[in-house]
Amino acid sequence: MSLGNVFDIAGTGMMAQSLRLNTTASNIANAEAVSSSIDETYRARHVVFAQLHNQEMGYVRDDVTVNEDIGNGVQVLGVVESDAPLDARYNPDHPMADDQGYVYYPNVNVVEEMANMISASRSYQTNVDIMSTAKTMMQQVLTLGQ
Amino acid sequence: MAISFDNALGIHQSALGVRVERAEIIANNLANADTPGFKARDIDFRAVLNQESEKYSSVKLDKTNHGHLDGLLSPDEGLKFRNPHQPGIDGNTVETQVEHSEYMQNAMRYQATFQFLNSKFKGLTGAIKGE
Repeated sequence: MSLGNVFDIAGTGMMAQSLRLNTTASNIANAEAVSSSIDETYRARHVVFAQLHNQEMGYVRDDVTVNEDIGNGVQVLGVVESDAPLDARYNPDHPMADDQGYVYYPNVNVVEEMANMISASRSYQTNVDIMSTAKTMMQQVLTLGQ
Repeated sequence: MAISFDNALGIHQSALGVRVERAEIIANNLANADTPGFKARDIDFRAVLNQESEKYSSVKLDKTNHGHLDGLLSPDEGLKFRNPHQPGIDGNTVETQVEHSEYMQNAMRYQATFQFLNSKFKGLTGAIKGE
């Protein structure tokens, strides 16, 4: 019996999705953060998800034999910055304008971020559901023979 | 005459174990619902359960050294990839609604197996008390 693993797996999912929500919040908050040089401008950040494997491939649980690695949930490999070109606007009156009169806006696509936010919150919700169902299953085991 | 729990409980204890394993696999699919390139997997419940119950009943390979591998009695066991209806552009084949319904179904069947097991235990208790 390893229902505890379901909690771990759903936990990794929740953690990854909340990190994704975090980057989305950061992107939207900085969507209008102007700068006078390309280097200093905020760039949209995105998380990279990857599957989390068991330590050994083909690890076999002692009670039930599934002869392959069933995985251990999801992991966040890192946060990458978007390579999309920055939004340079000609606005010589702006206090942050550079020598040529340009101000640089971040390459945050707000529409994309909103879609990302909805997807992350739905996935988070799914993982919470999984966890609460696993909890019900576990509570049932405790009543065995009563 | 001793009570043999293996005989009394029958297939249900193995079934409960396989249900838990399957819950884990589907939870893993759902946790990776947004992972690029992830392929959704599942087990063939019948094949794995057959394999589990054969462990107690039929012939098997003798292991005389802990390094020996388990012999595979039926080649059909283990994890398989799910055939997606609409695979994602990034190579992900997890369909959240499908996985979610499979997970719920699995939980309900777990509950059914649990009821069987529970009534087996109740029967045994009744027999011991002589009621």
